[in-house]
Amino acid sequence: MTRQVFSQAAGRPQRSGVLALRRKMIDKLATGMSWLAMLIVVFVLGSILWTLLKNGLPGLTLSLFTHSMGAPGAGGGLANAIVGSLLQTGLSILLGAPAGLLTGIFLAEYGADSKLARTVRFVSDMLLSAPSILIGLFIYMLLVEPFGHFSGFSGAAALALMAMPIIVRTTEDMLRLVPVSMREAGIALGAAKWRVILFICVRAARGGIMTGVLLAIARVAGETAPLLFTSLGNSEWSLDMRRPMASLPVAIYQYAGSAYQDWMQQAWTGALLVTMGVLIINIVVRVGIRGGRT
Amino acid sequence: MDGTAVQPPQAATPQINRRWDGDALFRTLVVVTGIGVLLVLGAIITVMLTGGWKAFSTFGPGFFVTAVWNPVTQHFGAVAPVFGTLASSFLGLVIAVPLAFGTAFWLTALAPPAVSSVIGMAVQLLAAVPSIIFGMWGFFVLVPVMAHYVQPTARHMFGHVPVLSALVSGAPFGTGLLTAGLVLAVMVVPSITAVMRDVFVSMPAVLRESAYGLGATRWEVMRQVVLPWSRQGVVGGIVLGMGRAMGETMAVTFVIGDSNHIGWSLFAPANTIASLIALEFPESPSGSLKLSSLMALGAILMAISFVTLWVSRILLARGEAQAGKRS
Repeated sequence: MTRQVFSQAAGRPQRSGVLALRRKMIDKLATGMSWLAMLIVVFVLGSILWTLLKNGLPGLTLSLFTHSMGAPGAGGGLANAIVGSLLQTGLSILLGAPAGLLTGIFLAEYGADSKLARTVRFVSDMLLSAPSILIGLFIYMLLVEPFGHFSGFSGAAALALMAMPIIVRTTEDMLRLVPVSMREAGIALGAAKWRVILFICVRAARGGIMTGVLLAIARVAGETAPLLFTSLGNSEWSLDMRRPMASLPVAIYQYAGSAYQDWMQQAWTGALLVTMGVLIINIVVRVGIRGGRT
Repeated sequence: MDGTAVQPPQAATPQINRRWDGDALFRTLVVVTGIGVLLVLGAIITVMLTGGWKAFSTFGPGFFVTAVWNPVTQHFGAVAPVFGTLASSFLGLVIAVPLAFGTAFWLTALAPPAVSSVIGMAVQLLAAVPSIIFGMWGFFVLVPVMAHYVQPTARHMFGHVPVLSALVSGAPFGTGLLTAGLVLAVMVVPSITAVMRDVFVSMPAVLRESAYGLGATRWEVMRQVVLPWSRQGVVGGIVLGMGRAMGETMAVTFVIGDSNHIGWSLFAPANTIASLIALEFPESPSGSLKLSSLMALGAILMAISFVTLWVSRILLARGEAQAGKRS
């Protein structure tokens, strides 16, 4: 098709000037639209960050971190929500990371292209993009309804299901980057396959695997939907994982929909905290990848 | 030399047995975990279907064609939330695809490399922002703009045009399908952009260079060389974005307006499957017909999102295979 344009131009020299002008105009128009699209995307990102900073910074006080959630006007903070988020995210990674790591090892080192491995890979990808609210419903039916009460454990379980597929994906990708010669060297030295995998391949790929774990933390720390039906939220200070537990995203959701000035303020400040935490992890990971690859 | 060569295997024989045990153990552990992943998905499907069974058996096939959602008369149908899900995602994609394509074009063909990597990273960061933040941003920033400027302007311009007037009818709440579509667009632009940029970059440079060598402009290279070459990957990325948009909960819940209503108006409040589940679940006692109907909706959403993912995987894989063949 490109050739057609040029032969046209060559065949009718008297019109080539007009054609060249037209082609230039179209190019200008397309590149202009492209600039516009990029500027809109950057503007939206800027708008989101600006809104968060403008509304969130005024509420960033010490009492936010020292007081638990309270009634409107009672001067509560978000301490229990922050700790609840940390606990549930931490436990979810403790549950999800080993499972993800082992599955990733299976896909990269044992399964390769077998039928089972291809199915597991496909199913893991499905879980990766499964709507998070469905994960919440699933855990509700599995861990909340039978026991009759919401709990921090079930929240952590829902988050673990979201974290695992991310770790599966990065572990497999990173293990595949480990050169075959390193495996061969290990086997030639007489090491068993599991030792080669754990102490040579996983060690060599540990930077990349850590990246996956950090990205998983960043992903689940901001999740709201899976927690609505599992850990529910709790306005009191509680470290008991068997009881309903507060978390930052759920607290933001409850407060943002309220009509009280101080709750709204805390919702924005909470949103700022979550976003900054997630973005800092992402920036560290991405800059780290670029700096670490030599 | 013979002695040393023969000696180690004899000494190592018991050790080999032990190693074999370790290997078998580790292998079993790893395979069982892999199968566990399959079981998780199987369990999710089973739980959704059994949870929704009461609704499916009460309403029969009528569940899929009834637009009523009435907790008072205990009558539930899936059509309104399914419509809302498809319509808001469609609107989101219509807005997101040109933005993502333009941004990917800019990143791969127009931007200086240093700037490109910075903006590329900024776009990636947008993808990492938690969805509830998009919901708050949509509710507090976008909704007032929609209510005060966009909808009145649209009504002023199209309110008297026969067909278009139906699209802009309704009270200017600011919430509704179009607002949800806009927020969804902002959410899926980063992932679609990332896929597009990757497939554009994966094209062998020689094709691009030879087109430039023939005197083609940047747009002609894009339109007539890069795009035909990477079509399937691009479509795969779009379908992937569609899957994300349809399953999104928090961002939509803030701005969709919560109304189980089907209509032509872009500004009418609606509901998606995910937002309906999030909003109505707290008022659904366990064992009730309403909870079962919500689970049935969850099963439908699961089916929709899995089919979408399947299609996108096929397209992306085919695009990759094509890339391998041609390069």
